[in-house]
Order: sequence, then C-alpha cells, then structure tokens
Amino acid sequence: MTTSSTTVATDVCMSLQDVTISYGSFEAVKNVYMDLPRGRVTAFIGPSGCGKTTVLRALNRMNDLIPGCTLKGRVIFDQHDLYDKRVDPVEVRRRIGMVFQKPNPFPKSIYENIAFGARINGYRGDMDELVERSLRKAAVWDECKDKLQESGFSLSGGQQQRLCIARAIATEPEVILMDEPCSALDPISTLKIEETMHELKRSYTIIIVTHNMQQAVRVADMTAFFNAEAVEGGSGKVGYLVEFNNTENIFNSPSQQSTLDYVSGRFG
Amino acid sequence: MTVTLPPPSSQFQERRTLLYQPGLKRNRFNRICNAIAATFALIAILPLFLVLFYVLIQGGRLISPRLFTELPPAPGLSGGGIGNAILGTILVTVIATAISVPVGVGGGVYLAEYSSRGWFAQFVRFGNDVLAGVPSIISGVFIYGLIVATRFFFDQSYSAMAGGIALAVLMLPTVIKTTDEGLKLVPQELRWGAYGVGASRFVTITRITLPAALTPIATGVVLAIARAAGETAPLIFTALFSPFWPEGVFNPIATMSVLIYNFAIMPYEAQNELAWAASFVLVILILAANLLARWISHLTKA
Amino acid sequence: MRSPSTIDAFTLRRRPPAEKLTDIGFRQLTLVLAGSVAVILLAIFLTVFQGAHEAIATFGLRFLTSSSWNPVNSQYGAFVAIYGTLVTSILSLLIAVPLGLGTAIFITEDLIPRRLREVIGLMVELLAAIPSVVLGLWAIFVMEPAIRPALSLLHRTLGWMPFFSTEPQGPGTAPAVLILVVMVLPIITAISRDALNQVPVELRQGAYGVGTTRWGAIFNVILPAAVSAITGGVMLALGRAMGETMAVTMIIGNSLNFSFSLLAPGNTISSMLANQFGEADGIQVSALMYAALILMVLTFIVNVMAQWIVRRLSLRY
Repeated sequence: MTTSSTTVATDVCMSLQDVTISYGSFEAVKNVYMDLPRGRVTAFIGPSGCGKTTVLRALNRMNDLIPGCTLKGRVIFDQHDLYDKRVDPVEVRRRIGMVFQKPNPFPKSIYENIAFGARINGYRGDMDELVERSLRKAAVWDECKDKLQESGFSLSGGQQQRLCIARAIATEPEVILMDEPCSALDPISTLKIEETMHELKRSYTIIIVTHNMQQAVRVADMTAFFNAEAVEGGSGKVGYLVEFNNTENIFNSPSQQSTLDYVSGRFG
Repeated sequence: MTVTLPPPSSQFQERRTLLYQPGLKRNRFNRICNAIAATFALIAILPLFLVLFYVLIQGGRLISPRLFTELPPAPGLSGGGIGNAILGTILVTVIATAISVPVGVGGGVYLAEYSSRGWFAQFVRFGNDVLAGVPSIISGVFIYGLIVATRFFFDQSYSAMAGGIALAVLMLPTVIKTTDEGLKLVPQELRWGAYGVGASRFVTITRITLPAALTPIATGVVLAIARAAGETAPLIFTALFSPFWPEGVFNPIATMSVLIYNFAIMPYEAQNELAWAASFVLVILILAANLLARWISHLTKA
Repeated sequence: MRSPSTIDAFTLRRRPPAEKLTDIGFRQLTLVLAGSVAVILLAIFLTVFQGAHEAIATFGLRFLTSSSWNPVNSQYGAFVAIYGTLVTSILSLLIAVPLGLGTAIFITEDLIPRRLREVIGLMVELLAAIPSVVLGLWAIFVMEPAIRPALSLLHRTLGWMPFFSTEPQGPGTAPAVLILVVMVLPIITAISRDALNQVPVELRQGAYGVGTTRWGAIFNVILPAAVSAITGGVMLALGRAMGETMAVTMIIGNSLNFSFSLLAPGNTISSMLANQFGEADGIQVSALMYAALILMVLTFIVNVMAQWIVRRLSLRY
C-alpha cells in the first residue's frame, strides 16, 4: 500500500486510520489512511468501483443504511472515533452534512426543505433569514425567492441540487460531503455549483467525490487518487488509496505511475 | 457576490458531544415509536396464530378417513363426514377456473400485446379494477338474477354451474391483471426476435411471450383459485347446499365453505365439529396453494 | 444462382391465407375476451337494477331512511343495514389503519433483521388468505366468548354513552368490527409496505443526511412521500370492508332493529343479503336487490376514488 504523506501543516479535521469497508464478505476498499485538512476542499478521484464514494459515505455513517456494510479501522472526528459504539450516528450527520449524487429535495415546499433540517437541529433564530441566507450561499436565491412556497420539485435539476446544498448548509455543519454533486447536471449548472463551492470553503471543510478531473483541478486544494485492483482468489476488485497530496502535485508531478496514467487520461 | 458569513453555530443550540445520549427527547421519542411499531406488528400477526391454532386443534383432531368418505349426518345425529362438500368445492372451483382462466388470459393478452395504450385498453383496465372491487356477495346476487331466478340451465334453479360462474366472475379480474402485468415484464427484445425471423403475431404470442410470462401468470392463477375455493358469499344462493353426493353440475351442490357457514350457526355439536373439520381441510388447501404460488414465483427469481 | 431446392425447402415463404386468418382471428378473440369485462360489469348493474326496479318504484328514496324491514306487511327500508355497513367499515378502518401502517413501517425499516421482516410480511399475507367463513367460525366460537368480559366492562364503565348502552349478549356490532379489522389489516399492511418501499432511496438518505433520527425521517419525509399510495390503499380496504360478507354475517347478529349500541346485534347490507336472499320471494327479493344496488354504488364510489388517488401518485414519481 503506498500512501504519500507530505501532508500540509494544517489543522486536521478528519483522520482515517486503516479503514477497510466491506459489503458482506466482499471488501470494497481497503487500508485507507488519510488526514483531511480543515477549511479546505478535498477531492476524491479515481476510476469506477475504486471505493471513493464508499469512503465518502463512511465519513458521516451513511453506510449504516446499507444492509451488510461494515467498517474496520478508525475514523477520527472531534476527538472521537465515529464508529465507536457509543457514538450517535444522528449526531454525526448533524455535524457532517451531505449532498448526494442525484438531487433529492424533500416532497415539501422550497422553504420547508431548508427549514426542516434547521428545525430538527434546534435552530432558534429567524427562520426566514436563515432560509434566505442558505439559498444565497448556495447561489439559488434569485431563482427561488418568488416561489418559496412551491414544491422543491418545481425547480430544474441544477436548481434542485443547489437547493440540496442550501439544505445542507442551513444546518451549519462543520463538514460538507458531496458525492458527485454535478454528475446529473448540465455544464452551466455545474459551473454555478463550483462557484458555490469556492464560496463555501471559507467556512466549511468540503470533501467531494468527482469523476471529472477538471472539476478536481478547479475546486480542490487537496486530491486523493483511489484505484482498484483485482485480488487473488476474489471475484471483484478491491479499492485502495494510491496517493493523497496537493491537487497541484497530483496533477503535475504525481509520485505514482498509476496516478500519472489516470490523470493524463491513459486509463479510467 | 459577497455574502458575509456569521460565525458558525451562532443560533444553534450548543454543539453537543457526538456520543449517543439516551435521555435526549428525540432519542426517547425514537424508542417509544420503535416499541409502538413492534407492538402493532405483534398485534397484526397474532390473529393468524390464534386462528391457525384453533383450526388445527379443533379441526385436526377430527381428521379421519371417514371424514372424506361419508356424508354429513342429519341434524341431531353424530358422526359423518364432509365427503360431498370436498367433492363439491373441487367441482365448483374447477368450473370457475375453466371459465375464468381462458377468458382472463385472452383478455390479458389483448391488453398487453395488442393495445396497451389505446383508450379501449385503458377502459378495460379501469373496468377490471372496478370489477375486482365488486363485493363477492354482489357476484352471487348477479348470478342469482341472471341464472338461478331465470332457470337458465334446463329449468334448474340452483346449480353447481351457477356457483362456478359466480366464482368465475370473482376470479376474472385477478387473472386478467396478472396476465397483463406478467406479459408486460417480458422483454420487448424477445418479441422483436420472433418477428425478426418472420413469426406471425399469433405464433409470437402463443410460442414466445406467453411461455416467457408463464410463471407470473401461474402464480396469479394459483392465488385466484385459492381465494375462490374459500369464497362463500357467491355460493350461498347460487350453488346452495346439498346433504347428498353431487348429482351433476346442474343440481345444487355442497361446498366446504357453505358447509362451514351452515353448520357453524346450527345448534348441534356434531355439525359444529364438522364445520371445524371443513375449516381445517380448507385452510390447509389454501395455505398449501399460497406456498405453492410463492414457490413458483421464486423459481423465476433464482 | 439459387438452386430451386433451397426455395422449395421453405414452404411458408409466402404466407398462406390460413395463417393470416389465424392471426386476425386470434386478435379478434382476445378483443372479445377483454371486452367481456365491460359486458360483465354492465350485466351486473343491469341485473341488479332490474331486480331492484320494483322496490325502487314502491319505496323510492324513503328506502334509505326507513328502518322498518317487515316482510309481514311488505314494508322495507334499509337504513339499519346501510348505517351498519358504514359504521362497521369505518370503525374497523380506524383501528386497522394505525395497526397496519405501524406494521408496514416495522417491516420496511431496519429495526429487525431482514429475514425476520420477510417472515412477518409472509404471515400477514397468509392472514389475508384465510377464508372469511373460517374467520367467522373462529369469531363465533373463540373470539366473541373471549372478548365478552372486556365488552361487559365497557358497558359497565361507559354504559352512559349510547354506543355502549346495552349488555353484550353474544353476536353484535363490536365483534363484527373486530373481525373486520383482522380482514382488512393485511390489505392495509401490504399496500403501505409497497408504498413505503417505493419511496426513493435518495429521499431517505437526504433525510438522514441532514441529521434526522429514524422516526424524524419517517414522519417528516417518508410518510409524506408515500401518503397518496397509502390513502389509496386505505380506500381499497374501505371498499373491501363495506362488501365483506361472511365473517360479519356470522357474528353481527343480523338484527333488523336499529340501535346505537355497538354491543347490540346489528346488520350490514351484505349480511342482510346473505341471510335473507335464499328464503325471500316477491317484493322482498326486489328490496334486497335495491339494497345490493346501494352497496354496489357505495363500493364503486370508494374504489374509483382509491384508483384516482393512486393514479395521481404515479404522476408525481
């Protein structure tokens, strides 16, 4: 296992220590060590099936919802191992928000989509103000301001995804996980969401899974490259972390040959 | 666009520890709801156990060869069996199946293969759902008015045939629906493949698509037969009842379900016991049919 | 150059007329069979309407409000039966909906291992397969004697309310309601379970992603997303409860007299039909057909509403 360790000297937000995630008896991703820096955008890239989404979903215990999914190793956040038996996954998800691959607004009004999360998180301030602020931060306020009481489904795909980003930031999490947030969107919506990310990284730690290498270059400070290899005797492939470094280093002077092959488009 | 960001967590309650706190309101609420849902699930399956328990105990102890070979006793006498009712249930169900399966499969073929989106197909589907919702007793009233009261068959009023037709009316919507939906599951490529070698529509449907949809259709038909075998309301004034062995399809006939109804409300213990015994036979048959249907549908999934 | 023999080998290259006729004939046959549904529906309506004609002409709309059912002087009114049909079906749903919905949630959420959930689902489905008449038998000999002390207690403590004003003496509306609960519970559970399973998994993840608890997600996101399908299922169950005959007939007591008390014997349209049709003649048959017509119209309305609600849902997702 090769893991580059030229970690920049910043505050560590989350730390993965020898994380192995399995679906049933099948290991999806294996022996991941990484320190995710606070206040930065980190991108996970790699070919399909390399386990990058699985790792992302492990960071706020979303994998709990998948039957048979288990994790070995430790994920440290705020001095706790998130997989400690005493940890409440609900509390974890309140502090580590998530934006999903497909826009998934709730079957409620736009306003309620935002207010719902804040309310269950015990928000006591001015709700109208929070809704507006969240929608503004997600760069979707102009499209929504005249129809806050309409269903979230009335928006276009790109607008729905920004609504979901607004929903995530309305609860003021410390970390936002984004699972290929632009894969279902057109280029213009993608650009808008990337602008939103630039805006957000001032106050949040963002971790994003992307298939799009240009997107990683555009938005990420740090990039982790995952790959998958066939295991002897096994039927599937198992993912592993190849290299984790500054985005610039990953794309310009990677230390591993497979990283170079991938970022230069030779495979994947 | 510049947005001034307030310090994080300003208006939220103070960040708590990540650890699970059982005393939190939301966690208490969660546990209460879990308990309520579990209790409801228990209550929901309780009747099955109670009914099965009593049917197996009360009916099971009466099982003997005599039960299947003898006629019910006259009121006041004891002993006897339900042989005629078992035969009758089989006969009436066979009549109902013989009518409803060809008609239902044919209708389902039309809906799925010839006109899946036409107005007529939509109308038939709507009508089929309405027919499925018609109470079973209405089917009995209908056949009474149409066949029994008019002495339609050879001047006979109540008859096994009338009972079978009443059951067929109840089975038809299920058969049509399962055929329609079973055929829709057949991949379009299979039909194109058949047309591609020059097969006619008729050959494609009878040789390719219908066999491909056989399992879902068979599952639905078995379930429909099981339901029909236990139906009582459509039979009480069409097939009526008979204390004798079946005398052909144009005479009144005993069935297990009507026997249970008649004998349950009689003030004689022998009759009550035969009602339990008939329930035992009927329930075993129907549960077996349900498990058979489940097994058939599992065959395709494997 | 083709050799003539290869052509001869395919004798059907030119479709013979018989094959074309089979094709057309088969299509026409299936068309007729599909149309039989419409014919049967129309025939049911016409037969019942024609049978009811005499009673409609004689009693008119008074039939709906009159509670005298007297074969001796040929006066018929179906109010007791209509009231009983509505009361038993609505009360049974009030009990069965929370039970069925709770069960459906219990077997769709990950509260217990998948295997156990499937077993519970199977058992509820098997409950639906038990014939009505067997449940009626069980109700007469097992359930009613077992619950009678509880009903007596209700009468003693709440007897001042008209609904519990009579001493329970065996068959009655309350036991009929309970057996109806047993009969509609599987329908409600099965439809609710399917509706909950159809809620997109992304929506569920979204709810958990903002940090809801399981029941927060259920009440705020999952149930609202499934509500139209569940409502449709509840309406279907209502239709089934209104038309349910055997078990109710065997346990409701078939009283022709009106009583507010749920502990007293009552009647429903379908149990009146089951009870009297065989021995009726003359205008009594017609009056029963009139009652059957009312039952048909009631269930028709309920079923069409159920379909309409379900169809509206399929447009949204």
